[in-house]
Amino acid sequence: MSRSVLPAWTGIVLAVALTTGVAYAAGAAPAEAGTSALPWWAWPAILFLVTFALGIVAVLGGVGGGVLFVPIIGGFFPFHIDFVRGAGLLVALAGALAAGPGLLKKGLADLRLAIPVALIASTCAIVGALVGLALPTRVVQTALGASILGIVALMLVAKKSEYPEVPRADHLSTALRISGIYHEPTSGRDVDWKIHRTPLGLATFVLIGVMAGMFGLGAGWANVPVLNLMMGAPLKVSVATSKFLLSITDTSAAWIYVNNGAVLPMLVVPSIIGIMLGSIVGVRILARTKPAAIRTMVIVLLLFASVRALLKGLAIWN
Amino acid sequence: MTEEVPVAMVPRAAAVVPMPRSRTAAGRPAVAEEQLAYAHLLDWGMKVGLLGLTVTFAVYVSGVLAPRVPLAELPRYWALPVKQYLAATGIHTGWSWLYLLRHGDFLNFVGIAFLSGVTIACYLAITPILFRKKDLIFGWIAIAEVVVLSLAASGLLNVGAH
Repeated sequence: MSRSVLPAWTGIVLAVALTTGVAYAAGAAPAEAGTSALPWWAWPAILFLVTFALGIVAVLGGVGGGVLFVPIIGGFFPFHIDFVRGAGLLVALAGALAAGPGLLKKGLADLRLAIPVALIASTCAIVGALVGLALPTRVVQTALGASILGIVALMLVAKKSEYPEVPRADHLSTALRISGIYHEPTSGRDVDWKIHRTPLGLATFVLIGVMAGMFGLGAGWANVPVLNLMMGAPLKVSVATSKFLLSITDTSAAWIYVNNGAVLPMLVVPSIIGIMLGSIVGVRILARTKPAAIRTMVIVLLLFASVRALLKGLAIWN
Repeated sequence: MTEEVPVAMVPRAAAVVPMPRSRTAAGRPAVAEEQLAYAHLLDWGMKVGLLGLTVTFAVYVSGVLAPRVPLAELPRYWALPVKQYLAATGIHTGWSWLYLLRHGDFLNFVGIAFLSGVTIACYLAITPILFRKKDLIFGWIAIAEVVVLSLAASGLLNVGAH
């Protein structure tokens, strides 16, 4: 079954590449001249198609929509990176808001784990957003390219642990009473969990918050390894809490972009609708796919987008 | 129906004062009251926000309300850095969009602001629950989060675009 799904899958990735290529070809030169070879309505239509495909890819590749959205749309569409980052944050926010209630009700996302982390990440996301909007475009593009390369490296080397070994909860998590229990339907048992290295984990969220705000990437790519590998939360709790966490972190950064004029509804709404519909389709075909192959394609896609951002930032490929 | 039945605490190596654990009538671990309250409000707010965003966008592109920046001229502006875009269109930052709601493009900011404000409402909803449960540290953290998000939303923090 996965043999028949893989070509369809490849088609989705090729569709993303082809459409963004068309967008680039039609938009690159006019972007400088301030006019477009295409009518205005063509751009939101192409954006919708690309984000729909990205929504599918994101679910199947196990990454957040924001981390794909910003480098790909920023690299190959005529929109300025300021507006792309604003839209990226709102795309990630909408996805997190949609997933949050279900994850909280099922007890997979843990509010007690999220609340202290969110305070640090959301405060730092404000700083990141302010710095990101103040920096020159080329610096942002270069830093974005370098960051995406770092994310790709993280995706390649980071292992995941279903149930990390936490011999002893640390003093801070004990004082804050951060621990939990959730029902694991696949094994039919209740999983009791606690965390350790809480001060180090919380300190790491300073950097994660700044990067989320600065680049509008969402931050699931960093949240999950820190919650899972560093702090020792079970993988399911880490993934679910990370997704919910984005609804708080991205809220603070999104407000900064909204209040500084860096949000264009013409980019935001087709992107949100496209990526959410794509996610729904992605969830439906998730069971019939080969995760390893998909992940490789996502990594290739991100690598290409990061090189594009770097070259754009360094004024080598405008 | 999730009737909560207290169960014995599980001994833990380092847990000094563990959270009280309870179970649903089906024997599953129960979700904390504040977490459920947060989830219900988030669910409601997310649905209203996304619906509002979709409806206002339909109003925008249909031309029912004339946009502040004409649709055909948008490609001239979206390639500009935000500071140049604001200068070229004469649009102001912060909550000035409230004065432009008669325009189709700025009507969309109602949905965007609603989605961006849902989290603040959720925190406000759980704060009394946390204090009632004498969970003072988390109660104060929740208040701090409301302050942080409100500061971000206030429009007081800007990068000098205007």
